[in-house]
Amino acid sequence: MNTELQDTGRATTSSAKLLSTLGVAGALAGMLIVVVFQKTEPTIRAYKAEMLRLAIHEVLQEPDRFDTLYVVDGMLTAERPETGNFDALEQLFVGYRGDDLVGLAMVGAKPGFQDIVRLIFGYDPETEALLGMTVLENKETPGLGDKIVKDSAFVGQFEGVVSPVVGVKVGQGSGRPEEVDMITGATISSRTVIDIINLTIERWIPLWQEYEGAR
Amino acid sequence: MKTTTPSEDVLRGIWRENPVLIQLLGLCPALAVTNTVANSLAMGIATFFVLTGSSVLVASFKKFIPHEVRISTYILIIATFVTLADMTLEAVVPEIHKALGAFIALIVVNCMILGRQEAFASKRPVGRALLDAVGTGVGFIIALLMMGTVREVIGNGTFLGIPLFGSSYEPWVVMILPPGGFLTLGALLLGLNWYEKKKAERQMNLFPERVKTGEAA
Repeated sequence: MNTELQDTGRATTSSAKLLSTLGVAGALAGMLIVVVFQKTEPTIRAYKAEMLRLAIHEVLQEPDRFDTLYVVDGMLTAERPETGNFDALEQLFVGYRGDDLVGLAMVGAKPGFQDIVRLIFGYDPETEALLGMTVLENKETPGLGDKIVKDSAFVGQFEGVVSPVVGVKVGQGSGRPEEVDMITGATISSRTVIDIINLTIERWIPLWQEYEGAR
Repeated sequence: MKTTTPSEDVLRGIWRENPVLIQLLGLCPALAVTNTVANSLAMGIATFFVLTGSSVLVASFKKFIPHEVRISTYILIIATFVTLADMTLEAVVPEIHKALGAFIALIVVNCMILGRQEAFASKRPVGRALLDAVGTGVGFIIALLMMGTVREVIGNGTFLGIPLFGSSYEPWVVMILPPGGFLTLGALLLGLNWYEKKKAERQMNLFPERVKTGEAA
């Protein structure tokens, strides 16, 4: 390497200069990124919150209002904790029409065919039936797995289905209220959606019953 | 170093030395995110922004960047612009940002961008570096749009989400899946090379003496 540099007649640069060049470039780059981050962050956060709010309204069939419950020390509470990482906090959304409980909106996630599938669904704890489901995030195969979002026949059938949900192949169901037709060609993605719903209900219902009992 | 005119600097990247179709650079995004026209356009514009920004900066500061750390510095500059593009896209067009996923961050390793810094921007004045980056960036957008149009029209029966063929059209789903990227790129390169070969043959027939002395090139 050295001989090559000498051959080209280029003098070697001092280490101090190399370090300072990279240091200055890194510092400037960092500052630029921080400025743009501060400018864009509120918009990004607001968009995500708005998307979640719309999804909650959709899966709870347009309630008048909804309350947010937080998990603190393994218990549900309506008090939002003052400290800690707010983004990592688990939330349950409780929808009301007038004073009547409409249902609970739960967010769940699990790896699908390509990456994590994250979805939200509405659930009525009294009838144990789903109110609706919508996928928040997925990277499933375009044209096949992404039908869990785009295929309205698949998405629409979750309303009124009783938990625990059972996936059946198209045309092979026996008409039970817990059955959902899976998508032909997207069995893994369909199965993921059903698993997320069942696991999330299992996770939240004991917490919800405990919370209701304490009130 | 061969001298070029400003118009040559712009036009070179657009067609004659198109980064994707001729130099075969930046194929990872060209194959991965061209399944729809909207994604292709967003990826093309993001890359264009990173390329022009980095080229101007590299050409401006080339005297202060020691030879030994030039590549590290170029990468640092490119990565900064990619991060800016990533955050801006997420704030302005969140739907497209979601669709492009990890491929925005991967613009950093697009060899087309580093290649232009090392081969051109670090040796020429700022203005010329800008022209070269604009030409190369536009060439990249054109190539991505060609791929995206073919794949979306055949694979989904739509153009920018607008249905073209009615409900009786059965989309050729493979075209929007990864194999469709290879098929489309292969077909485009085949067509392009066939055209270039025909053009060269025609010139050979018209002006055989020029071809011999190398004037035609």
